[in-house]
Amino acid sequence: MSKTNQGKKLSLGQFLIGLVLVIIIVGWTIPTLGIFVTSFRDSRDIYGSGWWTVLPHKDLVKSDEFELPSDTNPNIPVTIEGVTATFEEWRQGQTLEDGRTLRWYGNKRSRKIEVFQEKWIGFGANLTLQNYRDVLSGREVSYQDAQGNTISRQGNNFSDAVLNSLAVSIPATVIPILIAAFAAYAFAWMEFPGRRPLFIMVVALLVVPLQIALIPILRDYTRWGLNGTFVGMWLAHTGFGLPLAIYLLYNYISTLPRDIFESAYLDGATPFTTFVRLVLPLSIPALASFAIFQFLWVWNDYLVALVFLGDKNRVVTSALAAMIGEKGQDWHLLTSGAFLSMILPLAVFFGLQKFFIRGLMAGSVKG
Amino acid sequence: MDQYQKPAVRILTLAALLILTAVVLAGGFVLLQNMQDSKILMTLFAVIWGLFSVALLYYVLNSIAQTMPRKIRSVTVAIVFAGPAILILFWALVLPTLRSLRLSFMDATGSKFVGLDNYAFAFTDPIMLESFRNNLLWMFFGTLSCVVLGIIIAVLADKSKRERLIKSLIFMPMAISFVGAGVIWKFIYAYKGEGVNIADIGLLNAIVTALGGQAQAWLLIPFWNNFFLIAIMVWLQTGYSMVILSSAIKAIPEAINEAARVDGANAFRIFFNITIPTIMPTIITVTTTVLIFSLKIFDIVRVMTGGNYGTNVIANEFYLRQFTYGNSGQASAIAIVLLVVIVPVLAYNLREFRGRKTLK
Repeated sequence: MSKTNQGKKLSLGQFLIGLVLVIIIVGWTIPTLGIFVTSFRDSRDIYGSGWWTVLPHKDLVKSDEFELPSDTNPNIPVTIEGVTATFEEWRQGQTLEDGRTLRWYGNKRSRKIEVFQEKWIGFGANLTLQNYRDVLSGREVSYQDAQGNTISRQGNNFSDAVLNSLAVSIPATVIPILIAAFAAYAFAWMEFPGRRPLFIMVVALLVVPLQIALIPILRDYTRWGLNGTFVGMWLAHTGFGLPLAIYLLYNYISTLPRDIFESAYLDGATPFTTFVRLVLPLSIPALASFAIFQFLWVWNDYLVALVFLGDKNRVVTSALAAMIGEKGQDWHLLTSGAFLSMILPLAVFFGLQKFFIRGLMAGSVKG
Repeated sequence: MDQYQKPAVRILTLAALLILTAVVLAGGFVLLQNMQDSKILMTLFAVIWGLFSVALLYYVLNSIAQTMPRKIRSVTVAIVFAGPAILILFWALVLPTLRSLRLSFMDATGSKFVGLDNYAFAFTDPIMLESFRNNLLWMFFGTLSCVVLGIIIAVLADKSKRERLIKSLIFMPMAISFVGAGVIWKFIYAYKGEGVNIADIGLLNAIVTALGGQAQAWLLIPFWNNFFLIAIMVWLQTGYSMVILSSAIKAIPEAINEAARVDGANAFRIFFNITIPTIMPTIITVTTTVLIFSLKIFDIVRVMTGGNYGTNVIANEFYLRQFTYGNSGQASAIAIVLLVVIVPVLAYNLREFRGRKTLK
């Protein structure tokens, strides 16, 4: 008897845990789902109804409209189909006994009444790829708002921004890894003056906020003509990524067994060939973790791009931020742009989750 | 092989390599500047050229180091390996810290000494005081929510069969940029204005009106709008604290929990008397990391409100001072303040590092 009670209690506990988890999961995923769904909706639908209306639900659907006789006085209560109400109440909408809802459309002079009926809708989803075509295009694009007005906008040329982001991110990932791997190998297995103080400096630099470096580097770039160039971005990201890269790779490379280096030297290998033939291949797990961290960091970075690239060669984050500023209400463009900026990081996330989490964990201290 | 070549041949080869490197570096740079018309070509070229130049540079430097007399060769090679990284670190972080410190005592253009004026601004100007207050809100409520939610989700997910799926979904926002997250949440807070029969397209207002409330322009409500921005960081960062805390929780030996259960402790007592004290060091690490993170918060505020409506934060004011008001003195003073706040963490890291006895 008591045993079954215990079993029931446990399963109730399990149920509550499950329920809380479901609520948390729903809360965590709905924001992303919202813009994902919206990015595929027709612009007219986006401004007229919430994205969740793509799900089947009951709603008022316009079925008819008619005009009141021109001698109707809207300043006194008006009787339509047996219901009497003031203009304000008609504008809010009045439900008839047969279930139809009548609404006064527009101002008093329009005398137009719209007829709505409650219906199940949301089965025939009206989805489109037009938003993506528009946001990727650099030419002028037009769309319709909720009232059906056509609005024209200069396209955002997001395809250019994606290419710019790739041109910034890939070298800004691989270059610091290469430089850091050389340095980490030197710190771990070579003797040179100042080795320990220099490594302490690397550890100290791990948490230094990069704001401290932006203005001096900007002054250098202005002098050297590197503002708005990819080279400038690579150099800056290399500098900001190096402390973490050296630290992580040192932790890994210093644990490689000493024997392999000794036998390589006995075979007449130089440090350079040992590094290229042995250390790099053996360090692939550490290199991959850092590569993923750095790539996502650079891809998602906004501050460094804003400061050193400005409006020239916009990357996805700055293009998206500019769109929020210029067209804060153009949700069909904003949502598709936001989703485009997320595709690559999400693909990396779902494809290489193990490395991704390891890299982010290790990199979370980054200034 | 190199040893058997004549010195003259070797020097000539090296000189040729050096010239080649210089040509590749400079020529590639000039080419890159003139390729703006074809983005795809430029991207490909940028990637290949960038990598090739760096690899070539190391190769050439190493070849030169190999020609050194045997006595100093190994040190020279070490310098070739570590040197570029050290040089870049000095240029990108060490010297800028000193230069920012100097600029923080100078006027807007960095040409005249103004003493402590910029620091007086940093600690007394109303906009700075507001930013400090908001950063404290971010650091306290943002960090607290991230860590507490992280623990709760980690503990609950630990008891679920679908742990991996749950953790992936909570962690997923970590892959999204702050700007992207800004769009996501701006859409949730969207407000269509007053009027009759307006269909809300913002999720929050739709929920509020469905519950009988009044639709609001959430980001414009003074003081409370800070919390609507902090919610975004919590959404982004909880996954991080969850994953770290979860691995700490899993490291607690099951025997301890079992013993407590035999002694009659229920799930709550086990949580508060065993789990929490055991993972305390991890909680402290996670808290510190999220604290630093919320101290430097910039993108979210910049994208969502631009720091207006009483939501300004220190890092945004840094940006505004430099790039909107063109005052590098005040901006540098703010950057130094950020650094000083982080110094205790920096000192702690160094002490930990010394304790580890690496690099004797």
